[in-house]
Amino acid sequence: MRSDRRLKDSNREKRIYAFRTILAALFVLGLTSALIIRLYDLQLVNHEHFQTLSDKNRMQLQPISPNRGLIYDRNGVLLADNKPIFSVVIIPEYSKNVDESIASIQEIIDITPEHIKRFKKRMRRSRRPYQSVILKSKLNEQEIARIEVRRHELKGIEIQAELARYYSMGSATAHSIGYVGRINEKELAAVDAKNYSATNYIGKLGVERFYESELHGVVGYQTVETNASNRVLRVLDRIAPTPGRNLTLHIDSGLQKKAVELLGAKRGAVVAIEPSTGGILTLVSTPSFDPNLFVTGIDYKSYSALRDSLDLPLFNRSLKGQYPPGSTIKPVLGLGGLDSGVTNRAFSIWDEGKYQLKNDERIYRDWKRQGHGRMNLFSSIAQSCDIYFYDLAFKMGVDNMSKYLGDFGFGQNTALDISEARDGLLPTREWKRALKGRAWYPGDSLNMGIGQGFMLSTPLQLATASAVMANRGRWVQPALLKLASVGDRPIRQRKIEMNDIQMINPEDWDYIIDAMSEVMHGKRGTARSSGRRASYRMAGKTGTAQVVGIKQGEKYDAEALSERNRDHALFIGFAPVINPKIAVAVIVENGGGGSTSAAPIARALFDEWILKLAASDKTESKE
Amino acid sequence: MNQDFLRQMPGAESHLKQSQGLAFRLHLDPILLGLLLVLCTIGLGILYSASGQSMVHVEKQLVRFGLAFFVMFVFAQLDPIVYKRWSPWLFGLGVLALVGVLVFGTGAKGAQRWLQLPGGLPRVQPSEFMKLVVPMMVAWFLSSRYLPPSLKAVLGALLLIFLPVLLIVKQPDLGTSILIAASGVFVLMFAGISWRLVAGFGALIAGFAPVMWMFFMREYQKQRVLTFLDPESDPLGSGWNIIQSKTAIGSGGLWGKGWLEGTQSQLDFLPESHTDFIIAVCAEEFGFMGVLGLLLLYLLIVFRGLYIAVKAQDSYGRILAGSLTLTFFVYIFVNIGMVSGILPVVGVPLPLVSYGGTSAVTLMAAFGVLMSIHTHRKMLSR
Repeated sequence: MRSDRRLKDSNREKRIYAFRTILAALFVLGLTSALIIRLYDLQLVNHEHFQTLSDKNRMQLQPISPNRGLIYDRNGVLLADNKPIFSVVIIPEYSKNVDESIASIQEIIDITPEHIKRFKKRMRRSRRPYQSVILKSKLNEQEIARIEVRRHELKGIEIQAELARYYSMGSATAHSIGYVGRINEKELAAVDAKNYSATNYIGKLGVERFYESELHGVVGYQTVETNASNRVLRVLDRIAPTPGRNLTLHIDSGLQKKAVELLGAKRGAVVAIEPSTGGILTLVSTPSFDPNLFVTGIDYKSYSALRDSLDLPLFNRSLKGQYPPGSTIKPVLGLGGLDSGVTNRAFSIWDEGKYQLKNDERIYRDWKRQGHGRMNLFSSIAQSCDIYFYDLAFKMGVDNMSKYLGDFGFGQNTALDISEARDGLLPTREWKRALKGRAWYPGDSLNMGIGQGFMLSTPLQLATASAVMANRGRWVQPALLKLASVGDRPIRQRKIEMNDIQMINPEDWDYIIDAMSEVMHGKRGTARSSGRRASYRMAGKTGTAQVVGIKQGEKYDAEALSERNRDHALFIGFAPVINPKIAVAVIVENGGGGSTSAAPIARALFDEWILKLAASDKTESKE
Repeated sequence: MNQDFLRQMPGAESHLKQSQGLAFRLHLDPILLGLLLVLCTIGLGILYSASGQSMVHVEKQLVRFGLAFFVMFVFAQLDPIVYKRWSPWLFGLGVLALVGVLVFGTGAKGAQRWLQLPGGLPRVQPSEFMKLVVPMMVAWFLSSRYLPPSLKAVLGALLLIFLPVLLIVKQPDLGTSILIAASGVFVLMFAGISWRLVAGFGALIAGFAPVMWMFFMREYQKQRVLTFLDPESDPLGSGWNIIQSKTAIGSGGLWGKGWLEGTQSQLDFLPESHTDFIIAVCAEEFGFMGVLGLLLLYLLIVFRGLYIAVKAQDSYGRILAGSLTLTFFVYIFVNIGMVSGILPVVGVPLPLVSYGGTSAVTLMAAFGVLMSIHTHRKMLSR
């Protein structure tokens, strides 16, 4: 090394070095300037842009769901409440491995494969980052406690509380109030997405669905500061949500419960209406189901059991069941016969048990084989004579019958706030030609005269017709909603123009209603056994509808068939005759005769309601 | 040494002589030491905020600084002659250790950087050690030859540089290999390599880059470069860091949001906020003026280093001091450049501010070498 050093030119080295050092200094200054220019650009030129980005990062506008309006019965009994439920949720972003997280919860509480399947399904749906996914809803206190104790070791697992609907009467109101369920994408597309941005539930059926916009309320917002993991650190600003409107229904929970009790294990429906207002006091269809199961999502097994049951518990018979009305339409036809002058009070026929049209070999029989003997309109209603009504129907013709039946609301859904109700079927010449491609035969009229044949009606329609009859032609649209708590928006309802029914001779009303009263209280009234020993007078009409064939979707089952081929029992009526307080329609599927299985139910409901009213009148007058 | 100064201020002569004498006897440069102490103090302040106001981090860092200053003091005591003599041996040891890392190394995140010493001795990171030893070795190699270096000498020097660099790239540790390559190249530059050679090698590197891309760079390193070119292409993945750091810097504005008030860093939007991305915290909380102040402090240190280099009395000390100083600057430039989005993300910490002990110790050791070169001058001139 020493030999090398001798060769070195120390001065030249120093000179070069000094020059290179100056270059190095310039290099340093140049690059530093580049950094400063960059910082200047970011911090001063584009400061606002990055300030906005930074605020966007930390501040989030979060929607707050409004509390759903509560639903009360007419006496203030809470039918639909909001109760906190607790769910165990997984936030996938916090969980290192979702499957491991599930496994760790499985060690603590019971998680079924069904839970996991549905969790995976929810995971696949689009969601915001850090949005939690429910694994199991409706935890009980023990489960909550177990999870809370081990929470520190459960990464990405949380217990989430939310308000969920609770129906205090369970299956008793499932077919009238309906229920809410988790909102799906299709439903979300149909509503104002902004207003539903924090909402988990939506009305699926019944009152919950019809009054969804009243019950829902208006979404609120809060501006929150969050950290990078989306944890809310503090609330910066808040606009409170407006809770949904509380609804009070016409439904009387006591009467509703009574109707459910009376129907018991039978398949059937009961609709009771307050004639003065059209308020629906009772709307029952049995068998029913527990709506609470549907709120947070029913498991597949329970659902398929309900869906596949031969008794169709999911089917709302009171609104969607379309039955031949049978003899229950006789009072309406009698009224039409009198009003149109086709018959009169004096006219009578001799009933031998059969009726035949000219040039027609077919024999139309009375339900009473040997016949009723001499019958006028009054006794024909009281004893439900078919021969008289064959004759009347022949004379009235289909057009006339359809007109009067239509005036009473048959053939359409006249309810103010029930959109699921079916229209039934009010046959006309045009209808038959269009659908069957055949002319209307006189024989069709005869069948229609006793409520058989083509005509179909729902229990709600029968109850409505009964209420209009009780009102002597004054129309009231049946409605579930009695009043809504204060709100600025008008309530959207199905207003239908129904004309009050005017009789040329108003006394015809009394005549027909007297005949209906004779059904209950007369010596030979078909429902006299149900009218006995009453402190008030009632009016009614029994009916029996033949069951034709086997309904589609039912499997052939000899034993079940014989039972299911029995006639449907029907009854319409109202009470008291003077100043009616309640009008009902009762149907018991395969119940046999209307007088034996439907009328007693109506009578029990009359008693329940009229005695209850009397009791409350007493306490009111005392006060 | 300061004869002119002393002549003008005769009254202060004894006092100055004494204080300078004390620093000199301890082989410390008071200016450099003062600047470094100021930097470390500021660094701890920023770290406290960047670590989410964690005293644990600050205390740990303080301990590391203590160790680092001790290492600096020890390194300052050694005569440059010692470094020069030991350079080839240390280099040989370092290369062996690097090979050892590749064979027996341990580490995290897919990179092997550590070597576990046997017999209960601590883990060491040979690549850190090489940050000092490579420039020493190249300086040793060149300073004993005729300068400016011949092509043969330059090729020899490049071999000495790229042997360890390639070993470190293999670990893989792109940040460290860049710093080491830079330190070696700086030695060549200070040694007076001719510009024609610089141009030639420049062209060679430009041609070599695609080969690097295809054969030597790992997938994540390529991803970093791609992300650098277009961070928005993957805003929640690898682009996240750079978008968040730019947002932090930009939202700081002229004067910043205030100490501990930076929302990007305090609310965890900024990743690696207390390590590699700490300058973004400084920029967010103290604004443009704050970063400018910090840059000024760094520049003062760099220029003091260059001054020491110029004043060095032999070519070994000169080119080593120059190289170490410029390498220090490269840390700053690469770090701030990557955090502000003008350079791809390579793992280079901000000297003496970023949390982490190893780089602090290495850096302070380098300053110890600088002080040694500066304060052993008289002995050399004798």
